[in-house]
Amino acid sequence: MDLTWSDSEQAFRQECRSWLEGNVPAGGLDSGDTAEGFARHLEWEHQLHEARWSVVSWPEAYGGRDASLWEWLIFEEEYYAAGAPQRITQNGIFLLAPTIFEFGTPAQQDHYLPRMSAARDLWCQGWSEPNAGSDLAGISSRAVRDDEAGGWRLSGQKTWTTRGAFCTHLFGLFRSDPGSERHRGLTYFLVPLDAEGMTVRGFGRLDGDEGFAEVFLDDVFVPDDDGTTATMERGGILGGVDEGWGVAMATTSSERGLTLRSPGRFRATAARLVDLARDRRGESADSVLDAVTEAWLDAEAYALYTLADVTDLSEGRSPGARSSYNKVFWSEMDLRLHRAALDLLGAEAELDGGWMKGYEFALSGPIYAGTNEIQRNIIAERVLGLPRK
Amino acid sequence: MRFAPTEEQTEFAAATGALLADTCPPSAVAAAWGGEVGRHTGLGDGDGRIRAAWDALVEMGVNGILVPEQQGGLAMSLDHLVGVLEECGYSALPDPVADSAGVVAHSLGQCSDTAPDVGAVNDTLAAVAAGSTVVSGFGSSPLVASATTADTLLMFTRDPTRVDPDAPADPAADRVVLLDRSEVDLEPVESVDGSRALARVRWDAASGACVAQGSAASALTDEAFLVAALADSALLVGLGRAMIDLTVSYVGERKQFGVPVGSFQAVKHHLADAALAVQFAEPLVRNAAHLMSGGVAVEAPGSIPTDSRSVAVSAAKARSSDAAKKVTETALQCHGAIGYTVEADLHLFMKRAWALARSHGDSAFHLKRVRRQLLAG
Ligand SMILES: Cc1cc2nc3c(=O)[nH]c(=O)nc-3n(C[C@H](O)[C@H](O)[C@H](O)COP(=O)(O)OP(=O)(O)OC[C@H]3O[C@@H](n4cnc5c(N)ncnc54)[C@H](O)[C@@H]3O)c2cc1C
Repeated sequence: MDLTWSDSEQAFRQECRSWLEGNVPAGGLDSGDTAEGFARHLEWEHQLHEARWSVVSWPEAYGGRDASLWEWLIFEEEYYAAGAPQRITQNGIFLLAPTIFEFGTPAQQDHYLPRMSAARDLWCQGWSEPNAGSDLAGISSRAVRDDEAGGWRLSGQKTWTTRGAFCTHLFGLFRSDPGSERHRGLTYFLVPLDAEGMTVRGFGRLDGDEGFAEVFLDDVFVPDDDGTTATMERGGILGGVDEGWGVAMATTSSERGLTLRSPGRFRATAARLVDLARDRRGESADSVLDAVTEAWLDAEAYALYTLADVTDLSEGRSPGARSSYNKVFWSEMDLRLHRAALDLLGAEAELDGGWMKGYEFALSGPIYAGTNEIQRNIIAERVLGLPRK
Repeated sequence: MRFAPTEEQTEFAAATGALLADTCPPSAVAAAWGGEVGRHTGLGDGDGRIRAAWDALVEMGVNGILVPEQQGGLAMSLDHLVGVLEECGYSALPDPVADSAGVVAHSLGQCSDTAPDVGAVNDTLAAVAAGSTVVSGFGSSPLVASATTADTLLMFTRDPTRVDPDAPADPAADRVVLLDRSEVDLEPVESVDGSRALARVRWDAASGACVAQGSAASALTDEAFLVAALADSALLVGLGRAMIDLTVSYVGERKQFGVPVGSFQAVKHHLADAALAVQFAEPLVRNAAHLMSGGVAVEAPGSIPTDSRSVAVSAAKARSSDAAKKVTETALQCHGAIGYTVEADLHLFMKRAWALARSHGDSAFHLKRVRRQLLAG
């Protein structure tokens, strides 16, 4: 055990901190899940990119800093402690990018990654369909081969697409082998949302913001990749034809693991919760103050657990299915943090403030990124080794 | 930054685990109940196997992990000991390794130069490394496990779980002494866990060899209490793991409706929750051990200034106690009626967990300690 940061890590932290101090918009931004708020967040993303903070762990050539996993954790801690805005680019940089790094051709990497880090291409995730949620292999959107035109024609409907109404591109799974079933015969496509035949309809989430969208595809043409920019601008395939399932699973493991939800974010929430509890200590029941303490302990436990995870990753031990533990824990912790805050606020909780909005969002944590029921199945079957049938 | 045991620590713990798997199988734990298992008839070692396990641990150096080299120990840290204690918990070893090798060795090591009776302190340290059984107790008439078989007792006048934190006791009144078993009044009592060899110990604070008095005794009491709670936490993590493994293996074999009961989703989710609780308690235990070994706490923005050692230990004890309690109930439910007998091994682990989850402060006590510091500002 050595829980100290090296000099260079300390210097990195200092650099993050001073840049954030000078640049984080005071008073925060309006929700990034509304049109106006999204536009402001986009400016912020451009600002981050210019100062090379948008994707610290990526190679410099793509706009990053070649930061280690430890430095990435430090950046996240400082970012959330500074109260910096939500990352509207996260589904691209945290979910799609790791997959492009793993499965993309060098030409695809050179094309897509710099545009993503610069927040020029804004990606949304097109997996769920009206009849395929937890059962992702049950999707019915299809990709039909058009040999004459030299490409694929996509049709179908995607839904619950986060910020689909504001993004520019979609990555998603389509059934490319019409005779296939379940997880075979699927292909992972990248498509611009302004392509012909694409219709996007935004709609309100639980908090009323237009954070969801339905995406309708009607014969959307994606040309075969010839390695040119002109073609890649019209979309492409990640990994091989009919091999989309394996590619998509690489994305889910980053979604469930720590890249999507680093401890810094929960620690920052826990610190705000403790401040609130100190203010209201006198008028709060012991049980509520205990709930605050438990939630704070959760954030500590998650941070330490992550240090152990990152140690393992840095030493070449992959967490594999263990990432399901993280997903269940952080999502349920986020609920406990917000529930405790609402209990401290008492009758004032119903005023539509930050904690109520945060609570509404926290409620979705156990649903997205693979519901917690599905995660518990994975823990039981793949980690503990219980029989599937 | 590295949050993991060293290779040496991992190997030492694994070797302890392997040794205990051989020398302390559940049948040996059951035999330590003395008479008929499930009846509180006996105290102490039923068939000699537990004594043999103890001797093997002494041989390996486990008992001297914290003992300074001058007294024949390995002069290692609590960091090192927690991995070993998790293994002791995993096998439900009834021997007081946590007490002798943990609380006693650590406490005496702290005052091997300063104690009023330095001779007794150093002799006892050497005896611990050599395999003597030394146990500890807090307060004037505490319940002490393995007291009936102990050679020596390290007694603290103050029981930190009984002191009102709003009205701290007078430190000048504290005293810590070493007593021979013959110097205390032992009243054997029946524990729900028949292998505990539990006794109520009444003792005279004016007797015995003085280890510390006044403010030194007060500081030593607080320190020893932290080590005791930390050691319990490590045992609880090991017990939790063991009960999960026992249950996973049982529900994989037991068939109903033509399939293993472990294939039912309700059973899967119970076990996933139990595993989650243990999984997220363990890093707290490792962190507390690191701080108690003199390690520096990890630095993060917005950290709340607290007495990080005491908060870390209380966090570990609160979470490991809750996790272990949860695992006992889950494990029993997933076993069904066979778990509700003294014929299956499960009860040996459950009962130990019930005892340890509430010794040296239960989860409510430790949560309150964290809360007081957290919300003080
Ligand atoms: C805030 C938010 C953002 C989202 N963003 C996106 C996005 O950007 N892109 C995208 O593609 N999707 C997105 N989703 C959709 C998300 O992936 C799905 O909601 C999720 O996969 C669950 O599917 P479902 O909602 O259809 O629920 P269902 O699958 O219908 O499940 C309903 C209930 O049944 C339970 N259940 C289902 N199957 C099992 C089983 N095998 N065992 C036990 N219980 C089961 C579920 O756990 C749940 O409790 C988002 C969802 C939310 C809430």
